[in-house]
Amino acid sequence: MFNIFFQIISKELKGAFRHQSDLLNPVWFFIIVVTLFPLAIGTEPALLTRIAPGIIWVAALLAALLSFERLFKDDFIDGSLEQLLLMPHSLAWLVSAKVFAHWLLTGLPILLISPLLAIFLSMEVNTYFALFLTLLIGTPILSLLGAIGVALTVGLRKGGILLSLIMLPLSIPVLIFSTMIIDAASYDQSYLGLLSLLTAMLVTSITLAPLAIAASLRVSVS
Amino acid sequence: MWKWLHPYAKPEKSYQLAGKLLPWFVVLTMIAFVVGLTWGLLFAPADYQQGDSFRIIYIHVPAAMMAMVAYSTMAIAAFIALVWQVRLAEMNVAAIAPVGAVFTFIALVTGATWGKPMWGAWWVWDARLTSELILLFVYLGIIALYNAFSDKLLAGRAASILTLVGVINLPVIHYSVVWWNTLHQGATISKFEKPSMAPEMLWPLIVMIFGFGAFLGTMTLIRFRNEILARESHRPWVSALVLAKLSEDK
Repeated sequence: MFNIFFQIISKELKGAFRHQSDLLNPVWFFIIVVTLFPLAIGTEPALLTRIAPGIIWVAALLAALLSFERLFKDDFIDGSLEQLLLMPHSLAWLVSAKVFAHWLLTGLPILLISPLLAIFLSMEVNTYFALFLTLLIGTPILSLLGAIGVALTVGLRKGGILLSLIMLPLSIPVLIFSTMIIDAASYDQSYLGLLSLLTAMLVTSITLAPLAIAASLRVSVS
Repeated sequence: MWKWLHPYAKPEKSYQLAGKLLPWFVVLTMIAFVVGLTWGLLFAPADYQQGDSFRIIYIHVPAAMMAMVAYSTMAIAAFIALVWQVRLAEMNVAAIAPVGAVFTFIALVTGATWGKPMWGAWWVWDARLTSELILLFVYLGIIALYNAFSDKLLAGRAASILTLVGVINLPVIHYSVVWWNTLHQGATISKFEKPSMAPEMLWPLIVMIFGFGAFLGTMTLIRFRNEILARESHRPWVSALVLAKLSEDK
């Protein structure tokens, strides 16, 4: 059972590293969007510190949206998605592996690039630490929620805008809690309670989202 | 025990049942609206703080409540559709979604109109208004997804899945918005502290809530019947129905 999990992940990673530009584009997009805000709003450090959590999180959401297309689309076109459905393992388990691989390819780079953005937006160390924690816990939730949207729209020809219509309202709680955590950190308040709520959301979505993704894929592929 | 339910798995029977129920719902809606609106708008006493502008409550609160009720009904129908593979329940999901979206929209517009004299602004990021707005987004997402599929069988199933995902997410959204709001601006704009209403104000409100419930039922039944006809248009019973209607008109 774990064997197949790791096999899927290694297959996904190998495939991704053969198209490296696909891998880097969302990260570039993320950096560029974050750069736009200081240019548009102004560069006073106090102002930037105040709005940094919101900017980074909205940019992370948009970057995640851009990268979702790849999650099932290629597999759907070349038919390997159908083979995935026919495998003698639980489909929910198989898609969890795929979503995890997707997070490794899109969520993790954002996490790694975040110190740079913290410098751009003149964040302090403890605020940055909170940002890091929210990205670590929050981006997997985005991947799981987005995967539901992708699974529902993968069979459609114009799924892109529909995907954002479906996914963005559902990801509002992640956005709210993450920015609340970072705000609390910037006022030197304790944010453990909020962080546990965010973690609870992660656990819930890890438990339930694969079932929804599997059910949606069955609809889309039939 | 459930045997009486079985015939209604047939679209034709359900169509007829909906047709039989429809006049009752129409009559109930009209009675409740006439009674509730005249009572609420003309005879209920004006509020000692808000004056006459409080009367928009007789539209705002019922619409907001029924928007939620519509979503819960949709979620139940979606659950039935997915678990027991009942095709008519899928049609029901498709039938309710636009009605619920319009109710949510009515609640938002009346809320904004009420906010203008009370809070001094058309829109404040009040927790309840915000979660109502997000509810509207969720409704629109479901409708958009349903319309995107050309195969309505798949569309119904996809919309049902999304409805169930939404029903898990909506309480989380609601409470996150409430907490977010209290952190940012709680004290400056206090949420409408609803005083326990005087009975002469409350009764028209209850009548209006009942009326909006019946209105929701009416609109859903009409849309449900249309949905059945649209999806079953290739069946003989539908063409027989159309032919009967045509000869009646002549």
